[in-house]
Amino acid sequence: MPYSQDELATMNSIIERYPRSRSAIMPLLHFVQSRAGYVTNEGIETIAKLLTIETAEVSAVATFYTQYKRKPVGEYHVGVCTNTLCAVMGGDAIFSALKDHLGVENDGVTADGKVSLEHIECNAACDYAPVVMANWEFYDNQTVESAKSLVDAARAGNPPAPTRGPNKLVTWKEASAVLAGINDGLANEGVQAGEPSLLGLKLSKNGGAK
Amino acid sequence: MTKLTPVLSAHWDEKDSFTIQAYKRHGGYKASEKALAMDPDAVIQLIKDSGLRGRGGAGFPTGMKWGFIPQGDDKDHYLVVNADESEPGTCKDMPLLMANPHVLVEGCIIASHAIRAKRAFIYIRGEVTHVVRRLNQAIEDAYKAGHLGNGFDLVLHVGAGAYICGEETALLDSLEGFRGQPRLRPPFPAIAGLYARPTVVNNVESIASVPAIIANGAEWYQSMGTEKSKGATLYSLSGHVKNPGQFEAPLGITLREILELAGGVRSGHKLKFWTPGGSSTPIFTDAHLDTPLDYEGVSAAGSMLGTKALQIFDETTCVVRAVLRWTEFYKHESCGKCTPCREGTWWLVQILRDLEDGRGTEADLEKLLDLCDNIMGRSFCALGDGATSPITSSIKHFRDEYIAHLTNGGCPFDSAKSTLFEGANA
Amino acid sequence: MTTTDVAVELITVVIDGFEVNVPKGTLVIRAAEQLGIQIPRFCDHPLLDPVGACRQCLVDIEINGRAFPKPQASCTIPVEPGMIVKTQLTSPVADKAQKGVMELLLVNHPLDCPVCDKGGECPLQNQAMSTGHAESRFEGTKRTFEKPVAISSQVLLDRERCVLCARCTRFSDQIASDPFITLNHRGALQQVGIYENQPFESYFSGNAVQICPVGALTGSSYRFRARPFDLVSTPSACEHCASGCDMRTDVRRSKTLRRLAGDDATVNEEWNCDKGRWAFKYVTAVDRLTTPLVRGADGVLAPASWPEAIAAAAAGLKGKRSAVLVGGRATVEDAYGYSKFARIALGTNDIDFRARVTSDEERDFISSKVVSSTTTYADIDKADHVALVSFEPEEESPIVFLRLNKQVRKRALKVSSISTKLSIASEKLNANFAKVAPGAEAAALTALELTNKSVILVGERASETPGLLSTVISVSEKTGAKIGWIPRRAGERGAVEAGALATLLPGGRPVEDAAARVDIAAVWGVQSLPSTAGRSTSEIIKALSTGELDSVVVGGVDALDLPHSKDAIAALKKSFVVSLEIAPSSVTEVADVVLPVAAVTEKSGSFLNWEGRARAFAAAVNDSFNRSDLRILSMIADEIGESIMLGTVTQAAREISSLGTWDGARATFKSVSTSGAHSVNGDQALLTSWRRLLDLGTLQKGEDNLAGTSRKSVAVISASRAEKLGVKNGDALRISNEVGSITLPALVEAIHDDAVWIPRNSRGTQPLISLNSVHGDVVSVVKA
Ligand SMILES: Cc1cc2nc3c(=O)[nH]c(=O)nc-3n(C[C@H](O)[C@H](O)[C@H](O)COP(=O)(O)O)c2cc1C
Ligand code: SF4
Ligand code: FES
Repeated sequence: MPYSQDELATMNSIIERYPRSRSAIMPLLHFVQSRAGYVTNEGIETIAKLLTIETAEVSAVATFYTQYKRKPVGEYHVGVCTNTLCAVMGGDAIFSALKDHLGVENDGVTADGKVSLEHIECNAACDYAPVVMANWEFYDNQTVESAKSLVDAARAGNPPAPTRGPNKLVTWKEASAVLAGINDGLANEGVQAGEPSLLGLKLSKNGGAK
Repeated sequence: MTKLTPVLSAHWDEKDSFTIQAYKRHGGYKASEKALAMDPDAVIQLIKDSGLRGRGGAGFPTGMKWGFIPQGDDKDHYLVVNADESEPGTCKDMPLLMANPHVLVEGCIIASHAIRAKRAFIYIRGEVTHVVRRLNQAIEDAYKAGHLGNGFDLVLHVGAGAYICGEETALLDSLEGFRGQPRLRPPFPAIAGLYARPTVVNNVESIASVPAIIANGAEWYQSMGTEKSKGATLYSLSGHVKNPGQFEAPLGITLREILELAGGVRSGHKLKFWTPGGSSTPIFTDAHLDTPLDYEGVSAAGSMLGTKALQIFDETTCVVRAVLRWTEFYKHESCGKCTPCREGTWWLVQILRDLEDGRGTEADLEKLLDLCDNIMGRSFCALGDGATSPITSSIKHFRDEYIAHLTNGGCPFDSAKSTLFEGANA
Repeated sequence: MTTTDVAVELITVVIDGFEVNVPKGTLVIRAAEQLGIQIPRFCDHPLLDPVGACRQCLVDIEINGRAFPKPQASCTIPVEPGMIVKTQLTSPVADKAQKGVMELLLVNHPLDCPVCDKGGECPLQNQAMSTGHAESRFEGTKRTFEKPVAISSQVLLDRERCVLCARCTRFSDQIASDPFITLNHRGALQQVGIYENQPFESYFSGNAVQICPVGALTGSSYRFRARPFDLVSTPSACEHCASGCDMRTDVRRSKTLRRLAGDDATVNEEWNCDKGRWAFKYVTAVDRLTTPLVRGADGVLAPASWPEAIAAAAAGLKGKRSAVLVGGRATVEDAYGYSKFARIALGTNDIDFRARVTSDEERDFISSKVVSSTTTYADIDKADHVALVSFEPEEESPIVFLRLNKQVRKRALKVSSISTKLSIASEKLNANFAKVAPGAEAAALTALELTNKSVILVGERASETPGLLSTVISVSEKTGAKIGWIPRRAGERGAVEAGALATLLPGGRPVEDAAARVDIAAVWGVQSLPSTAGRSTSEIIKALSTGELDSVVVGGVDALDLPHSKDAIAALKKSFVVSLEIAPSSVTEVADVVLPVAAVTEKSGSFLNWEGRARAFAAAVNDSFNRSDLRILSMIADEIGESIMLGTVTQAAREISSLGTWDGARATFKSVSTSGAHSVNGDQALLTSWRRLLDLGTLQKGEDNLAGTSRKSVAVISASRAEKLGVKNGDALRISNEVGSITLPALVEAIHDDAVWIPRNSRGTQPLISLNSVHGDVVSVVKA
């Protein structure tokens, strides 16, 4: 389906953020994902046209970055950190449990299209290990059980709220729009910081630092 | 008695700390007001005097970096903030931006004034939806409040999952709309960076440190830290510790001191190995508990301060498994441009997998070390170098454990023991 | 080096203990070459920007006693004063670094050298021998890919052989500006590829194949055909256009198996176009003429012996009023043969090499301006502004395009294109597009800001717009801008210098200049030469049809290239025609004597490219009959009794060089006034067209893989015309006049509102034949 006038206008406004149009390629790819859920051929061809570059140049970029998917993922895309620290602290166990539980392999999608699974690299939340991301929102201090109930709830259509994120988990497409730089008005929801982030501050107050 | 000095994190415990109101409540946007009234060169001088060094890993003096930007060259200049934070173990910039994005916005205003940039970009990793929201909102609010606009623009650019884009020249290529692969240097970004224009690339924490320095003066900043490593910084403690988290302290604090504050290694266990600054910094053991965590101290002890990502592993952790995981990370994240890193990490992973499974001989350890020798310093950028650090340092400290895998015919560890939910079937 | 070049600073460096002086900016890897020290490399290519990606060329460097802490990529580091370099020959560190990289490159490389086309001429294979370990320490699993994938109809990709040097992708981007192949994915999965809906259809794709240092990219036509050591290589020159590429032809058992771009820094550098590389099968196409044919009393062309045929030709020409038509593909020596043959054996100046749409204005332009032109590629390199007039460089002289593109990329050279339609090349060159109605080109040229550092590149199609060449001259005289005339065919400039034109004798000597005639008559050993200017191509055809001429010698002309081709064929039919050809054509069909001649690869000779630069070549394939046109003309002349004494190419070449230069006056130019564009209304439009590089040209016969990459046939109209007609892209458009019609899918693009553009000689569109029209004529355009 071709992009609507509104969508094209948004794409053009993304281009206008930059002094040189080609810089807009990454947010445009996020935007394309926010419409179809993945980077479609139509998305690639439209971006190439808007930026007056070749389609090969767009697909070269799209395939470089792991967040761009060339085939559909689930409505809730679940990433389990299996980089060393999370892996050791439970990430490996969580990941293999989820594979069994969902009956999918890495990069697989459940048959109902609700949940997809990916093992991910360090997501800058090591003090909250083991970490699971859903649509790139933080689910901190996970266990095998909490992760299973997360995906079960997601398949049932009522995933729990992220630990540090908005009050409700948005869909993959909605999250992609945020990554394209579109404000969804949810910035003020959720905590400002989790306990570990505040640990040093608390200790210093207790111990009367400075 | 505590050495902690919360500056960046000072108000994170307030529920609305990320809003512009909260930021202003504590004097936010006063520093930029002050800086904009100063001569740009005076701002650079002040930062030079403060001794602030880059917090992205290399510790390059920030003021000196700004001073490299040519003046009066009639060209556009750019500030690019590196918020890609993807080095394993590193987890300071994201909580900072989640809790207080405005301090970065204000830092950008000041730094751009100093280097005479009319436009700045924040390149943030893409896998952090909520942090993107907070930062985007902060920028919007700063525009509404008139701190942005009027000739200075700040653009948030969201990455899409590529560790290499933390490397500054790869970041610039990515920001220009290309595959994020590192560029040849020279020319350095200060001469030909973004769009081939003079560009400063700084880490989030480096730029976020600037408003307080402007507000409190260079001397105040100088008064913290050690001789050559001035100021305070965020140490991120993670892993097998009682209480992981962020500790803002003067440079030069030791792991022993931080562990004490955090309640030590998780109970019933003892420290086995740790990284001082992310997975690319050679690992340390309990022999290094008293190494001052400043740039000089750590490097004298044979590693690097890096991003101050203190990942703690206790005696339940198999070092071979840990190193294999990191190596798989480097293989996954190698950009593919250069042969040593691309092909080397492919090979390293295969050898380490065999070793973990108890296949191979002690000669494979020599092969592994020789391969690392052929990658280290032969790669195009520091990613390839970093890939060798866990291997060479772990073989140095734990050669016997590698050999134990061979004699045991597999991993002698029970991986379940090192999980936080001990007993779960791994 | 010319005297105007600024003195370059020389820098002294020491490499492996030897001193060498090289210009500032020289890369270490090339400074080492000066000393004969070969540092192994893959990604390095002297014409591409350095990347330092493969890391094969690591060396140890110190500058003024300060050593780099780690080995450096010698392909990225320019020399500096006080630099001491140690390569693998003297530094154990560099040697180990190189061996280490080589070992890593081979980790994922298949061991399929025995079945790989590159085997035997493979830099990886060779450098693995010189730099590699004897045995591999890799015992793991190699990366595999589906193989091979066709990335266009003429290029195949075996990804697992690729060493990811990015030469191919950098070439396509930096040199051709056709980034249709790119690096995709990342890390160990990084791979060269196309976007699935856009094949690698670049006119220059073969260069990517040629510079691939392994067998990852191969040409479909050459795949599995030969091993390099079975091939005999001959330096050659390209016969396809006037760019003048230096080439290499590889032959096995008298059959050309492939052609490669040669290396001539002044002309094609190391590149060529895909037509030059891959269009050579026409020589061996099945319908090649092999024996002479003579039309018998029964009116049927029948095989004849050479003596019979020569006698028949001479009999039909001797004492008759005869003329010569020689197409634009003759070598200099052959053209000289035709020129001398016309003057001596036929006693006429009725000779013309222009088998296309021409004008007297063009003939005068050639006689007065082209013969003396010294404009070269180097002028493009130095120009402040290049104006393209009725000239599409990528389609009509691709190396000129590459040279322009290089300057555009390097220093933002300003290019203006005066044209009816915006072309892909103009977009790539970022050209200032002066959009004109067909016929209105002259005014746009006058409006350009040109200086004495500017260059006007004018194509052969300028002859189709009355007054345009006159304007080119007047603008050049006013501004001092240099003129470069760039015809399409390889033989045209040589034919000019050989005097294969009604107004010119060899060496640019005006026919009407008595001293010039004396010069030539002396060399030729004849009393006198015909003194009045002869007829042009169209006048010759006309005279044949009215009976003012009786006979004609036709060398390599296809009547279908001529305007009013039906009339031309009818005129030839009426006359006595001697046709020298390699394959049956519209002319051989009506000829009385057909004499098979050698194709370019079968003989030696030379071309002059558009610059006037000699491009000599040797025979790549031996033609046992040695049937160069020259030799046959000599035999006919002997038979007529007016010898031209040009038995061999060497003889001809020697005679040409003995003519010396002509310092006398040039022919004068009579200015022609412009008529401007016709006005149109309603369904009417002005036709405009040009030939594409890959089209139905006879020299592309038998090359289906090549043809598969040609651009699609379309009819281009402006957005406003499309709206008026209610058509969108892809709808069928019918272009017609009283002669006929052409129907093509519509494409809406930047074109003058009054114009309709169609390809001139592509599938389904040959306006010269079906409309008898090519440029500026009124046609009707309707939705079909
Ligand atoms: C592979 C690699 C990844 C990097 N990742 C980051 C990163 O995520 N964030 C960052 O600030 N610096 C990163 N760096 C360091 C940057 O290249 C650069 O030195 C830094 O952003 C400069 O900022 P600073 O002077 O403020 O420290 C990385 C370097 C390498 C080689
Ligand atoms: S070391 Fe080489 S392959 Fe690895 S990330 Fe750097 S440039 Fe890319
Ligand atoms: S030839 Fe120097 S790095 Fe490839």
